[in-house]
Amino acid sequence: MAYTKRVDGRKANETREIIAKVGVIPRADGSAMFAFGDTIAIAAVYGPRQLHPQFLQNPERGILRCYYDMMSFSVTERKKPGPSRRSNEISMVTTKALESALHLENFPNNVVDVFIQITQANAGTRCAGINAASMALAHAGIPMKELVGAVSVGQIGGNVVVDLIKEEEDYEEDGEKMATDIPVAIQLKSKKISLLQLDGKVKPAELKKAIEMAREACEKIHEAQVKALKEVKE
Amino acid sequence: MESNLTNRRIAEYLSQGKRFDGREKLEYRNIKIETGISKNAEGSARAKIGETEVLAGVKLGMAEPFTDSPESGVLMVTTELSPMASEKFEPGPPSKESIELARIVDRSIRESHVIDLDKMCIKKGEKVWALFIDIYPINDAGNLIDAATMAAMAALLTAVFPETDKEKEKIEYGTFTTKKLPLSEAVPIAMTFYKIGDSIILDPTVEEEEASEARLTIAMSKDKKEEVINAMQKGGSSPMSEKEIFHIIDSAEKEFGKIYKTFEEQIKSK
Repeated sequence: MAYTKRVDGRKANETREIIAKVGVIPRADGSAMFAFGDTIAIAAVYGPRQLHPQFLQNPERGILRCYYDMMSFSVTERKKPGPSRRSNEISMVTTKALESALHLENFPNNVVDVFIQITQANAGTRCAGINAASMALAHAGIPMKELVGAVSVGQIGGNVVVDLIKEEEDYEEDGEKMATDIPVAIQLKSKKISLLQLDGKVKPAELKKAIEMAREACEKIHEAQVKALKEVKE
Repeated sequence: MESNLTNRRIAEYLSQGKRFDGREKLEYRNIKIETGISKNAEGSARAKIGETEVLAGVKLGMAEPFTDSPESGVLMVTTELSPMASEKFEPGPPSKESIELARIVDRSIRESHVIDLDKMCIKKGEKVWALFIDIYPINDAGNLIDAATMAAMAALLTAVFPETDKEKEKIEYGTFTTKKLPLSEAVPIAMTFYKIGDSIILDPTVEEEEASEARLTIAMSKDKKEEVINAMQKGGSSPMSEKEIFHIIDSAEKEFGKIYKTFEEQIKSK
């Protein structure tokens, strides 16, 4: 049986409701909130600031450090507070997804820190985090080549869909896991892909279709990001 | 970091009874509470005092009771002073400040007996409810202790038990009953007084915190009719005189009713 009708009634290429807001953490140099339906991420940017200890400094360019984590109560079963192997990996891939969109060559010996927290989770948290972080970097006035948008696409029982919810990620038929989750981040002007992960099982043709679908969804995400950034009053 | 000049100016101003933002010495900024901010939590809340913002969530689990209290539920309060909230905080394991904050909130809640842990037993000596209150400051604009206590209490007051299987062996994560936690009316409110020069103030901004040499937190609650102090914590490097401490106790008694009323109104309006 193919997965033709999505559990929440969305079309295959339809994301959940997107909410994007800038300036949610006044103390930070830049901040933003991004939500895909029930998945909510907030991000705060501090910097550019001098990097300590000194031996970590790069005299040729500034460096970017992203820290992703989930609040303990954001998931159904409490997550132990503090970073885990999972969050450390996501922090790393998030950093990689964003750093090539920045002009950090003018900030030698400096660091830009991005702190991402998931306050409520229903799948797609790393993508929501990247979207929030990208807006927060722009809000902080860090010179950027382009914004970065991210969305998870997937294949469920032979059908390609965008922005999976938890129930879809866990979709099973006869006790067999049927969903493949593919988070994708796209730099929105050059259209280059800066995050690509996959776990599951997918045919090459389906994967290509999924990436195309991610690109379309990212256009919409980009619009929401730009709109939110334009609304900032300060 | 504020310069000594700013610090001196704040103290000087206060000695004339004035604050930079025009508030009275014991006046709080605007207090705003929002509950139910995270759907997967058994209870959750956002507390804002001025620009200071703290999120708190309640999660329930099952645990073995401590051997000296085989019929009591287990309460655990943690705080993560995330570097998101201020450039002063650094990533890494919980700092001493973060542990202190969690322990002040823990003692305020535990000692007020607002939650009846004895009613959170599932099977004597074997299984009890474990109650986790996790606190995340999002934006530090001063006075995190009071905001954290409010966020934690608001989350607790709105929390419900999760569904379990028939034998009460396992929690059905993600599903909730409508049954509230066993709470009393003794809702603790933390008031942290800061000493700057010869003045004592409530609800400091970050600049005022930097200018202060000592602080004293008093957590009070009111069960039925009597107001009692449930927890205290003296912080900062300067000692305080007995006179100052008595002044703080008197002020706490006077201010408690007002702050409690604001807190209650915010919760009820939801």
